[in-house]
Amino acid sequence: MKFGMIDDSISDCQSSPKCHTKDMQGLAYKFLNSIPKFVKIVEVGPRDGLQNEKNIVPTSVKIELIHRLASTGLSVIEATSFVSPKWVPQLADAKDVMQAVHNLRGIRLPVLTPNLKGFEAAMASGAREVAIFASASESFSKSNINCSIEESLIRFRAVTRAAKQLSIPVRGYVSCVAGCPVEGPIPPSKVAYVAKELYDMGCFEISLGDTIGVGTPGTVVPMLLAVMAVVPIDKIAVHFHDTYGQSLPNILVSLQMGISTVDSSVAGLGGCPYAKGASGNVATEDVVYMLNGLGVKTNVDLGKLMLAGDFISNHLGRPSTSKTAIALNRVTSNASKISY
Amino acid sequence: MIYAQRSSQLLTSIPDYVKIVEVGARDGLQNEKAIIPTNVKVELIKLLVSSGLSVVEATSFVSPKWVPQLADAKDVLAAIQNVEGARFPVLTPNLKGFEAAVAAGAKEVAVFPAASESFSKANLNSSIEDNLARCHDIASAARSLSIPVRGYISCVVGCPLEGNIAPAKVAYVAKSLYEMGCSEISLGDTIGVGTPGTVISMLEAVLDVVPTDMLAVHFHDTYGQALSNILISLQMGISTVDSSVSGLGGCPYAKGATGNVATEDVVYMLNGLGVKTNVDLGKLMLAGDFICKHLGRASGSKAATALSKVTSHASKL
Repeated sequence: MKFGMIDDSISDCQSSPKCHTKDMQGLAYKFLNSIPKFVKIVEVGPRDGLQNEKNIVPTSVKIELIHRLASTGLSVIEATSFVSPKWVPQLADAKDVMQAVHNLRGIRLPVLTPNLKGFEAAMASGAREVAIFASASESFSKSNINCSIEESLIRFRAVTRAAKQLSIPVRGYVSCVAGCPVEGPIPPSKVAYVAKELYDMGCFEISLGDTIGVGTPGTVVPMLLAVMAVVPIDKIAVHFHDTYGQSLPNILVSLQMGISTVDSSVAGLGGCPYAKGASGNVATEDVVYMLNGLGVKTNVDLGKLMLAGDFISNHLGRPSTSKTAIALNRVTSNASKISY
Repeated sequence: MIYAQRSSQLLTSIPDYVKIVEVGARDGLQNEKAIIPTNVKVELIKLLVSSGLSVVEATSFVSPKWVPQLADAKDVLAAIQNVEGARFPVLTPNLKGFEAAVAAGAKEVAVFPAASESFSKANLNSSIEDNLARCHDIASAARSLSIPVRGYISCVVGCPLEGNIAPAKVAYVAKSLYEMGCSEISLGDTIGVGTPGTVISMLEAVLDVVPTDMLAVHFHDTYGQALSNILISLQMGISTVDSSVSGLGGCPYAKGATGNVATEDVVYMLNGLGVKTNVDLGKLMLAGDFICKHLGRASGSKAATALSKVTSHASKL
């Protein structure tokens, strides 16, 4: 079995004569048996990954990245955002990107739409799925999208109403689910409140974002419990940032709780705007590596994913921040002597 | 309500206290190309102790031919003889190294067989059995001097030569170390290929033959998997974790790739889990800053990087 490739031995263990019957009945089994057999990865590299890049990435490069990601087996790729170019100049070419990729077969290409105007522009460009995002933190909502949580929800209900008319699915993001750069810790009940509002207004999926990456399994578990009480578990996605290196353990504990949708960004694109120079999104390659090792199916080809990561990293002139990609690219052929 | 049940199981088995074994000064520095002055090593060790770390692996009594970086082992040990508040284990590959360590004032040693036959032959120039026999000699000599011996096992999940390593193999080596009198056994994922699934299988096999409280985990972060592997180990009741300040210590098998997991990232997670460590993260970061400045490199710890760079208005964390 090649390292990094999907490990069927865990899930197949019960039928394999090689396994001791004791193995999967042991104490350890309870930490693995609730992990879903299949996890959907929502790739946010082209949007969340690129949006804070200082240098404008050419439209052709964005399109090529999306094409390459589409060839890996990823089924959902967040393509761009129809937010005002004044706020996010990097994605001013949203219309052009969407028009070039909207016919890609077998791939869903959600786009962010902060309001009705953005939604209409998205529809005109051929988008067939959109996303909206509220904050669990009042201060963050005001400083980030210039309105209170309630005002943002009103704005978003207009979008979900319009989307419903056109049978367009809407994904709801909740930001600051573990902590806020302004307010500090956020109560799980607040997160659950916003998640429920988004779900009730018609979002088919709620992605819980640890915007500043401060969450650890200790804070993630109570937060997920609160949300799972008001939103069905199969409608919940987790979007952890790796700013403090915590995203993979947070993803692991989320999987153990039965969550089966994980957001990530190829090559770990997308820094944290709140801690300059610190990392942001968790790298898709690292997530796939872990899921493969757990015997969880993703349909994502790690090798092809690495090619997509190489492509965009080459363009940006920076090494990948995916540890898996770096390790797999550099394993030396003569891995023999190390010195003690 | 099944969710509440499920989630309580996920966190309640995690120990209330975790001992961190800091390996930065040895495992972290040993592969650095440029020789680090003895006084810098000593200052690093002192800063680590002042952060609350109770076990700081100080150096290795292996031949300077193999590890020139640690040729000053004797001098480092001499300089920290009177540092209080921590234990300073040192590596001893054979009886000769053990004797040199004891002569230099070592009060605790570590031995390190591999779970992979090929790795053992290629890296330690002996079969697993021969290596264990050597460890046995050291353990006997140590016992007569009341010196504790820690047993490391390398390649507990995968080997760069053999690929996957059978859990039974790891358990065999662990049992041998336990029976020869090792006070603690540290399970090392040398090339960082482990993920929670493979780690659990390996831990289950070892827990069959060695008590939980004698086990430590030593995960490498080469594939970014260390913290998740540590989490699952904690869920299994493991309460000793090896790590390296600033993530010092690359992976010799994937040039440029990372190796050791950063102590700051481990402490950050443990703090978030409500697990006591007695380690002060701020003081630990000072130790990390110190050595990174000397090495002229950015820290390999994401938590340290983030905490250093959080902008002033983003104060509440």
